[in-house]
Amino acid sequence: MTTDTTPTPKDLVQREYEAGFVTDIDSVTLPPGLSESIVRRISAINSEPDWLTEWRLDAFRRWSAMKEPRWAHVKFPPIDYQAISYFSAPKGDKPKSLDEVDPELLRTYEKLGIPLHEQKALAGVEEDPEQSPVAVDAVFDSVSITTTFKGTLREHGVVFCSISEAVRTHPELVKKYMGSVVPKSDNFYAALNSAVFSDGTFVYVPEGVRCPMELLTYFRINAANTGQFERTLIIADKGSYVSYLEGCTAPMRDENQLHAAVVELIALDDAKIKYSTVQNWYPGDESGEGGIYNFVTKRGSCRGARSHISWTQVETGSAITWKYPSVLLRGDGSKGEFYSVALTNNFQQADTGTKMTHIGRNTTSTIVSKGISAGQSSNAYRGLVRMNPGAKNARNHTQCDSLLIGSKCAAHTFPYIESRRQDAVVEHEATTTKVSDDQLFLCRQRGIAPEKAVSMIVNGFCREVFRELPMEFAVEASKLLEVSLEGAVG
Amino acid sequence: MSLLDISRLVVSVDDKEILKGLDLQVNPGEVHAIMGPNGSGKSTLTNALAGRDGYTIKHGQALFDSTDLTELEPEERSHAGLFLAFQYPVEIPGVTNMEFLKTSVDSHREIKGLQELTAVEFMRNLRNLAKRLELNPDFLKRGVNESFSGGEKKRNEILQMLCLNPRLALLDETDSGLDIDALQIVAKGINEFRTSTNAVVLVTHYQRLLNYITPDFVHVLIEGRIAKSGDATLALELETKGYGWLNGS
Repeated sequence: MTTDTTPTPKDLVQREYEAGFVTDIDSVTLPPGLSESIVRRISAINSEPDWLTEWRLDAFRRWSAMKEPRWAHVKFPPIDYQAISYFSAPKGDKPKSLDEVDPELLRTYEKLGIPLHEQKALAGVEEDPEQSPVAVDAVFDSVSITTTFKGTLREHGVVFCSISEAVRTHPELVKKYMGSVVPKSDNFYAALNSAVFSDGTFVYVPEGVRCPMELLTYFRINAANTGQFERTLIIADKGSYVSYLEGCTAPMRDENQLHAAVVELIALDDAKIKYSTVQNWYPGDESGEGGIYNFVTKRGSCRGARSHISWTQVETGSAITWKYPSVLLRGDGSKGEFYSVALTNNFQQADTGTKMTHIGRNTTSTIVSKGISAGQSSNAYRGLVRMNPGAKNARNHTQCDSLLIGSKCAAHTFPYIESRRQDAVVEHEATTTKVSDDQLFLCRQRGIAPEKAVSMIVNGFCREVFRELPMEFAVEASKLLEVSLEGAVG
Repeated sequence: MSLLDISRLVVSVDDKEILKGLDLQVNPGEVHAIMGPNGSGKSTLTNALAGRDGYTIKHGQALFDSTDLTELEPEERSHAGLFLAFQYPVEIPGVTNMEFLKTSVDSHREIKGLQELTAVEFMRNLRNLAKRLELNPDFLKRGVNESFSGGEKKRNEILQMLCLNPRLALLDETDSGLDIDALQIVAKGINEFRTSTNAVVLVTHYQRLLNYITPDFVHVLIEGRIAKSGDATLALELETKGYGWLNGS
């Protein structure tokens, strides 16, 4: 009798990365290397005002004196920062309307299922007249190609544009808030980003406005040997609400590519920002060749009373993920949330988590982290909950679960708690489980094929996080997990 | 022709022979009860038939509807109509019972070339079945076996059986851990499942289940072989005399 009927991991580790194609397009790319003159050139290409050029140069000088952090639970060979190109953009002037966009670029987004025509919904989402459309900012390498639904949003007073455009149209807001949450010298990668940042998204929601649609920025790295250093700034004024989504993909290339973004969120009194990410950067092949280094600084500041910032992330891509979307809870009664699913397969490494810093009174934070490791990957949760002396009656609840698939992967949990208050309530729960042979056999006995069974079990494990995602993304996230897990059965 | 035809079956677990030449024929419309002391190989039989890893058929054969079971993957055995109600149902946290059952039913329909059921059709049927087993509708929204009581887990196995409507149901100690009320509900579910075209193999330690389900045959499994077969009265005899007199030693 054949009892070894379960396919071996090797049979099935043939993960398909559907977004791995290259767009053949003429680009203007700066030569590799980083110096003051490169920083000045990037600033000049964007026709930036002097204050911003100086801002970048200051960041560059600070960065030059800094060292790469090495505390994360990841391993990689030294990065040669002089071998990377810091700017690449499709040739020609920035298109004024969609008709002027290179058809090759339009096809790229069509293939990725990202609608640049305003009447279309995200691919994979059933057309539903009740469902409001999604406004898209499409960032290709270092520049924003187009932003949709600007007119509709303008009627509501919502500003949704690329950050380079915001520097021209809303300099006072950019000047006031950029770097106010993540200072230039916050960390090595944030300093690098501050020096060379290219396009990213700027959002401003005025007082009392509920943004009428989901806002999506889709980041695409296309050029080889090029890093992407986008910068995103979202400001929700008093009593406003915005839900923002972020997606990202890159071609399959043999060499590692660096992605070092900075995202800053500011929520004023009674405002709420919901920020959702589905990160699907190229993870490298099954032997660990290639893939994106995703070294990102994301931080939100609950500046106003009763403000609320919620991060939801589904991380399936990248060779290495180094990312801690955090919240500074300054306003009294403010609320921070972090919901995360991080899946690693093959040789992927993830060190991800969050920091919740309680500063104001009656502040609350919730952390739900789900790590899934398959293949020979390594998955670490790293979290810091800090209760400052002024944070009267602060509360945190952390739940941190790890799921292992197979016997060669690893899961680590590094929770840090620093409390300076007697009345703080900090709860931490952690579990580690395996997809068991018994669970798989139950599914198969009921007629469910092994791959389907594993993806169902993993989806169940992630349920608490997925239900935080907007519908458009929940569908995509669930599908992505299925693809990313292909071959993980053993 | 027999639905299940087992001849001279030898099964080992961890290189230890547990079944040592077992013969059994089950025809459509029949209920067989398999009894026997602990360690006699009852669960080994059902697990080997369902294709669980680690249960190796060394000799002999098991034909299900004339197909050699060893040629089928566990999920293919399920598609062919073989169902195993587990002795210790495992939890799948976060996967709701209804989602699990729909995925299961749809997998079966796909093999038959049928379309997936709509959620509405599926739920209507499922709610009816749950009601027959006196399960609260909320039960369907909970994770599979997640913090279920022992009785709920067993009733859930019967619910899955009714949903999939198999041709052969292997029930591995479905009666253990049930209080008398739950036992009657489970027995009712099994009796309603019976038709002239399907068959049931009940593995049980106790006669008490057989007060509610009358078997056509009772087999006593001792040290990997069927030591004695008879009709329902054999179970009563075992109840008073135990297994010792069948050991031959």
